[in-house]
Amino acid sequence: MKEIHVTDISAAVARLCVDACCRLPADVRAAFAERQRTEPSPVGRDILGQLMQNADIAADEMMPICQDTGLAVVFADVGQEVHIIGGDFAEAVNEGVRRGYVDGYLRKSSVAEPLFERKNTGDNTPAVLHVRLVPGDGLRLRLAPKGAGSENKSVVKMLVPADGIEGVRKVVLDAVLAAGPNSCPPMVVGVGLGGTMELAALCAKRAAARDLASRNADPRYAAFEDELLELINKTGIGPQGLGGRTTALKVHVEWAPTHIASLPVAVNINCHAARHAEALL
Amino acid sequence: MNDDVKRIRAPFDEATARSLRAGDRVLISGTILAARDAAHKRLIETLARGEKLPVDLRGQVVYYVGPSPASPGHVIGSAGPTTSGRMDAYTPTLIAQGLRGMIGKGYRKPEVVEAMKAHGVPYLAAVGGAGALIARSIRKYTVLAYEDLGPEAVAALEVEDFPAIVVIDSTGDNYYETGQAPYREL
Repeated sequence: MKEIHVTDISAAVARLCVDACCRLPADVRAAFAERQRTEPSPVGRDILGQLMQNADIAADEMMPICQDTGLAVVFADVGQEVHIIGGDFAEAVNEGVRRGYVDGYLRKSSVAEPLFERKNTGDNTPAVLHVRLVPGDGLRLRLAPKGAGSENKSVVKMLVPADGIEGVRKVVLDAVLAAGPNSCPPMVVGVGLGGTMELAALCAKRAAARDLASRNADPRYAAFEDELLELINKTGIGPQGLGGRTTALKVHVEWAPTHIASLPVAVNINCHAARHAEALL
Repeated sequence: MNDDVKRIRAPFDEATARSLRAGDRVLISGTILAARDAAHKRLIETLARGEKLPVDLRGQVVYYVGPSPASPGHVIGSAGPTTSGRMDAYTPTLIAQGLRGMIGKGYRKPEVVEAMKAHGVPYLAAVGGAGALIARSIRKYTVLAYEDLGPEAVAALEVEDFPAIVVIDSTGDNYYETGQAPYREL
């Protein structure tokens, strides 16, 4: 049994919050550079250049890439051989978020309750925490801060099997068209298929937070990712919605087994920053 | 997009506001007003009670922004635009109060565009998610009202060469439409 102390968890989460918000992931920057070479729209190329310049300034000054440093979405894969000691796990994650957002000069965008007072919690807690129990003695923390510009354009549709792949294409395309410039394209599109309503949504969220170099392990779904990307880049939306062929950098699909009568589809859009950072304890 | 970059001053006079064309790239210097969701709600509630607004909106250019906190040595944190559409319900009322320009990102509702045409108001976009780059053009940040709203307070931003693109001009021409059309293959 490996012991992991909660103070180490808090420290790791605090560091991940600042890193994810201030350092553009290398895979995203590489995608900007590659797209800048192929983007036919001059304004599109200009914007991709500005995004790279922005990333450099942010990293140099440890200033957030974007002022909307989001809600702290934390994926924790906890090895079943791990014994967490010294306190409460969720509180340790929240303490990390608190420290990362307060000490790192990140914006606090969390309200305590959604409908009546909407009072800011002041320290960006609580985290949105997704815990999975996995084999082994590691604790993997992946932090994907999520801003509202892109999150607000998420969609869940409960299709039926007869809607098939054409139905899925339409849901994804409609979501992207509705998002347009609001989601800060070029976007990374996460698609969740199957499961139940909430599992499809979680699949979409995990898909949106994947590394850009990743592909679905099933070649049929990997080919579908490529096909959807090509389709989305025919919309003409382009960088910032000002026109071009770089509307999305990547499409990621994650799927789950589902009911004989269901074909749930969830779409979770990530803005161009596609922020993510990971640590293994 | 027009290649020449226009240098303009804010607040806008009527001639400047009406001269801007969809697709124009501009660099704005002067003073713009920061306000977003919660501030808009309060401004509208103030007017509904028949009270005077805490700031005179005549000629003003509003920037939809909620900056991240300034770290030591900076006047402001990251300060890119937020989604303008959330302000649509409030915007025609503020335009009627004399608001002369808006900077944000994303689509606007037809009723906003109608109010813009009626009063000669352009809508500009700043690059969403380029908050660190945009912060470099902001020289001073002064809270004017609603300090309790934190990053959502109404503030005066002194800017120098703040980069933006005119997306909907005061005649209703829309660069989101004309810019995207040549690349649409669906």
